[in-house]
Amino acid sequence: MALVGDAISHSLLPGIAIVFLISNSRSTGLMVTGALGAGLVTVWLIEFIHKKTRVKPDAALGVTFTTLFSIGVILISVFADKVDLDLECVLYGEIGFIYFEDGKSIFGLEVPRPVIRMAGTLLFVTLLLVLFYKEMLVTSFDSGLATSLGIPTGWVYYGLMMVLSLVIVFSFESVGAIMVIAMLIMPSVTAALLSDRLPHILVMTVSFSSFYALSGLHLASWLNCSPAGAMVVSGFALFCMVWALSPRRGLILLGIKKYRHKKAEQFAREL
Amino acid sequence: MSPENSIPLEIHDLTVAYHKKPVLYGVDMEVPAGKLVGIIGPNGAGKSTLIKSIMGLVPPSSGWVKIFGETYRKNAKRVGYVPQRESVDWDFPVNVMDVVLMGRFGHIGLFKRPGRKDREIAMACLEKVHMAPYAKRQISNLSGGQQQRVFLARALAQESDLYFLDEPFAGVDAATESAIIEILTELRDRGKTLLVVHHDLTTAKSYFDMLLLLNMRKVNFGPTEKVYTYDKLQKTYGGRLTILSEIAETRTKQSSDIPLEK
Repeated sequence: MALVGDAISHSLLPGIAIVFLISNSRSTGLMVTGALGAGLVTVWLIEFIHKKTRVKPDAALGVTFTTLFSIGVILISVFADKVDLDLECVLYGEIGFIYFEDGKSIFGLEVPRPVIRMAGTLLFVTLLLVLFYKEMLVTSFDSGLATSLGIPTGWVYYGLMMVLSLVIVFSFESVGAIMVIAMLIMPSVTAALLSDRLPHILVMTVSFSSFYALSGLHLASWLNCSPAGAMVVSGFALFCMVWALSPRRGLILLGIKKYRHKKAEQFAREL
Repeated sequence: MSPENSIPLEIHDLTVAYHKKPVLYGVDMEVPAGKLVGIIGPNGAGKSTLIKSIMGLVPPSSGWVKIFGETYRKNAKRVGYVPQRESVDWDFPVNVMDVVLMGRFGHIGLFKRPGRKDREIAMACLEKVHMAPYAKRQISNLSGGQQQRVFLARALAQESDLYFLDEPFAGVDAATESAIIEILTELRDRGKTLLVVHHDLTTAKSYFDMLLLLNMRKVNFGPTEKVYTYDKLQKTYGGRLTILSEIAETRTKQSSDIPLEK
């Protein structure tokens, strides 16, 4: 499941490119339409290939997203003059440019549009999570039981993928397609090292992501490098730290346990 | 509509195919209320597929299913399910209580959370399977038998009238097996109907009131004493005589009689 985000983040490219080609505008509504369409096609295509050819799902995923991404690349390079899309920007994002975007004034503060969009997405996702937590929980743990309870697991799955597409398309302009994957996977993986309860993991994920953003920005201004890259690297640093220091399965703790065990054994032998 | 005056489960001409290969052909049956029914058959006989297609997990290619005289969807609340233990990821970040509470989800409305009453029911169900002290335990720290008990507690929390259990005795210790059969018998005595996919022919006779012998088709369905015969079992298992004669031997050793209709 972790890599479905990867697949969608790449497959959104043709969706957005096609929308730009047709409309020649960068309005939010059109971007969302393109992203949702592409996300749906990706998930559906993965399932279709997997079911019809009996290729394993991860392999079907590999076939699907590389193909869709390449179609996007071809579209953008062929119609470069018509599509106001910078490949580099889609891949790596440029958070620094956000300040130059036209903004809206809220309580006297000039807030750039991407920030407003991301805040809206955050609210929307949180709302969905609160409303459908129970359904998503049982569907991801035991889809058989979920179906038997009468929960429309297909809708839950596709709904989740749609929301994922939405989050990814709005993240494009700030962190880019590649960094999005890191931001989707890394916080939850780090949190999973620390806790065994889903609600705790969810809360930790949000705080970790904020930490990546803050420390990444500082690192970027210090090194004068890409902020998105710095964020992911600081995320990995946090992951390593948690891995070493985790009170449950931390490397250091395991090391101490091993050492004590060895000492005890030695002691027993000496007796 | 009370459960007493309608048939818990009615299946007509149920056919299921995977990748265009049929795995179940035209199964017809009517299960009366208050029975503990064993589903018996060789590997690949479609035992799991049968219960999955009844609950809509696997779409049937033809036929229909009625639960207490209605479609499955309408009466989903009255059905409890224990899937095969291996069908879920036991490293999933939830604890025992969380899993048992999932059994309450069918009774909790949309947008709502399990309340105190649901927690009390879940706890009572955990006590029934002797797992109450493990309520806060992470599920990956459970043994196979404990996992199965948690699944059973979850099904109990569903408070259903009709239960489907997919190999609840697979890979569990003897203590768990007898605890499970005790609970199933108690449910049966309270008028519930239970369908259990079962692998072990030696125990099938003593556990179940009725047996469904299945090998892609319904070979036989009826009261255990009428169905559990040498001929019918041989027909179900495609004449794998060695296995069957071994069973017959152990049966006679246990001084239980397997009627040899020869």
